[in-house]
Amino acid sequence: MSRLLPLALLGALVALPLALGANPYLLNALIVTGIVTIGAMSLNLLLGFTGQLSLGHIAFFGIGAYVSALTSLGFDVEIGFGLRVVHEPWPAAVGFVLATLAAGACGYLIGRLSFRVRGAYFVIVTISFAEVVRLVALNWVELTQGPLALTNIPAITLGLPGIGAWTLKTKLQNYYLVLAIGTLCYLVIARLVGSRFGRAMRGLKENESLALSVGINATRTLTVAAVVSAAMAGAAGSLYAHYLRIIDPDVFAFTTTVSMVIMVVAGGKGTLMGPVIGGLIFGLLPVALRPVMAPEAQWIVYGVVLILILFVMPRGIVPGVSALLARRRPVRAVPVLEASPVVQR
Amino acid sequence: MSAILSVEHVGVRFGGLVAIADLHFDVAQGEIVSLIGPNGAGKTTAFNVMTGFLKPSQGEVRFRGTSLKGLQPHEITRLGLARTFQRTSVFPDDTVFDNVMIGLHRQGAAGAPGIGRAPVLDALLGRAGASERRLRERAEALLDWVGLSARAQEKAGSLAYGEQRLVGVALALATEPAMLLLDEPVSGMNASETRVFVRLIRQIRERGVTLLLVEHDMPMVMEVSDRIVVLNYGRLIAEGPPDRIRTDPAVIEAYLGQGSAARRAAAEAQEAAHA
Ligand SMILES: Nc1ncnc2c1ncn2[C@@H]1O[C@H](COP(=O)(O)OP(=O)(O)OP(=O)(O)O)[C@@H](O)[C@H]1O
Ligand SMILES: [Mg+2]
Repeated sequence: MSRLLPLALLGALVALPLALGANPYLLNALIVTGIVTIGAMSLNLLLGFTGQLSLGHIAFFGIGAYVSALTSLGFDVEIGFGLRVVHEPWPAAVGFVLATLAAGACGYLIGRLSFRVRGAYFVIVTISFAEVVRLVALNWVELTQGPLALTNIPAITLGLPGIGAWTLKTKLQNYYLVLAIGTLCYLVIARLVGSRFGRAMRGLKENESLALSVGINATRTLTVAAVVSAAMAGAAGSLYAHYLRIIDPDVFAFTTTVSMVIMVVAGGKGTLMGPVIGGLIFGLLPVALRPVMAPEAQWIVYGVVLILILFVMPRGIVPGVSALLARRRPVRAVPVLEASPVVQR
Repeated sequence: MSAILSVEHVGVRFGGLVAIADLHFDVAQGEIVSLIGPNGAGKTTAFNVMTGFLKPSQGEVRFRGTSLKGLQPHEITRLGLARTFQRTSVFPDDTVFDNVMIGLHRQGAAGAPGIGRAPVLDALLGRAGASERRLRERAEALLDWVGLSARAQEKAGSLAYGEQRLVGVALALATEPAMLLLDEPVSGMNASETRVFVRLIRQIRERGVTLLLVEHDMPMVMEVSDRIVVLNYGRLIAEGPPDRIRTDPAVIEAYLGQGSAARRAAAEAQEAAHA
């Protein structure tokens, strides 16, 4: 299941637009779902693999969105002492890279700062950080236009010198861009988790004293996880900005963090596919519900669905289904006693 | 012989409680030393100071000539001083094999033999295959050596108590220590498991690892130790070879003054003396 399911899902997602035809409403829902799912995957790296709950995760997403938008739009602001910073517009693809780096840098700062104070303090630090960033976006009107929003953000242009360039303006192009970046993020997380670094994260989560005693550096490990997690959230934010082409301080909405947490927890935190499955379910639920109820009422259904999932599968869908499948398989016989150079009972 | 570990006038207080007062002793390279004493004497506290989990209120610990003052636990491990924990301590949700793989963390670090300069990057680019294979081979060899091969694919948390202790020892050994601190390693083991464990301790020493042992199992302590250090209420009350400690009036008094468990331990010590 560990290899087959992701590949099958990827194949299905690649083929999906062919089956749907050019249905803009569905494509839009899929693109936004994909972007938020990347956010959920990045959140899972912290919440699922290190056990740290970042309730301000949307800050990295929003920072990515603003950095990318401002890089590609350019700006001209006064920063005090009579100094002005003028930035001419750069290509959106550069904005994407800078968004990833900037969000990663913020992840570094938050990581250094708050892994000294774990658990509840980490939650509070991340929430505060997100709120501060939102207030900056709202009030630094000269830079961000505040509530008036940054508009006319250019679409991402992909190009290779000498071959040609494509500006990703259509929904279909954006769909495949999000799918490609999402797949890349999945692969990065899978590689990390399966490596020595992933083992260090697991060790710290399962038994911190023991992990320290075998020489694992807690601060370093958790900081690297925070940087990678934040960078991915920033990349997702950049995709969001260049897809919608308009952003305002609402990108920092706390409810988006909550959605991501729900996706991770329902899908199965600490699993690779959990946030993807959870992301697809909760991202596409509005599509299924739209014909039958108002958006406000949908939150109630979210809650009910989440509770039902966790009632049946307390650790989430992916661990729950894996356990079911494992129970079907015959149990291997393991010899109880074994002769070895030392142990001869 | 030169001292590999020196505990120099260490004191630890928890609020008003003096857990350790002016503790001072050496362990020589290649020795097996036991640190004994009644419950609450401060043995685990002493281990916590030596491995950086606790900062002493006074004094310091030196390991291979280096002061451990201000070092974090993981830094002390990297210097070659490893420990096990008194309470069963494994990574419960991982298999025994993966436990040891986590324990081999430092062996996969940048600059370790056969490892590139940027392990995280290598992993991302899929270039870590060779070093991963080496680590896996080492994990297998280590499990074989401590006799846990048959359990390799079982969840560590589901193992019997005595086997979990062995996992703890394997984890500590995985760091390739020059010295190993074992906190009550045979508690929870039956007599035959204990015998096997004594053999393991000797083999560890033959590999050149110095051992400091905290243990309540007196016959076992008397059997394996070159030297014994006795603590009572945080104070060192006796130090010497097993034969001397067995008959030391202050030691007998310390154990007799305690509860029934301690009295039993003292009786066992006496028995071992006559055996
Ligand atoms: N973190 C702590 N805070 C407060 N008091 C502590 C702490 N750790 C240990 N103590 C106290 O310090 C004293 C020494 O405890 P320690 O665990 O070192 O004893 P020990 O010799 O290992 O005993 P045992 O044989 O029962 O394991 C005890 O009185 C204990 O209650
Ligand atoms: Mg103890």
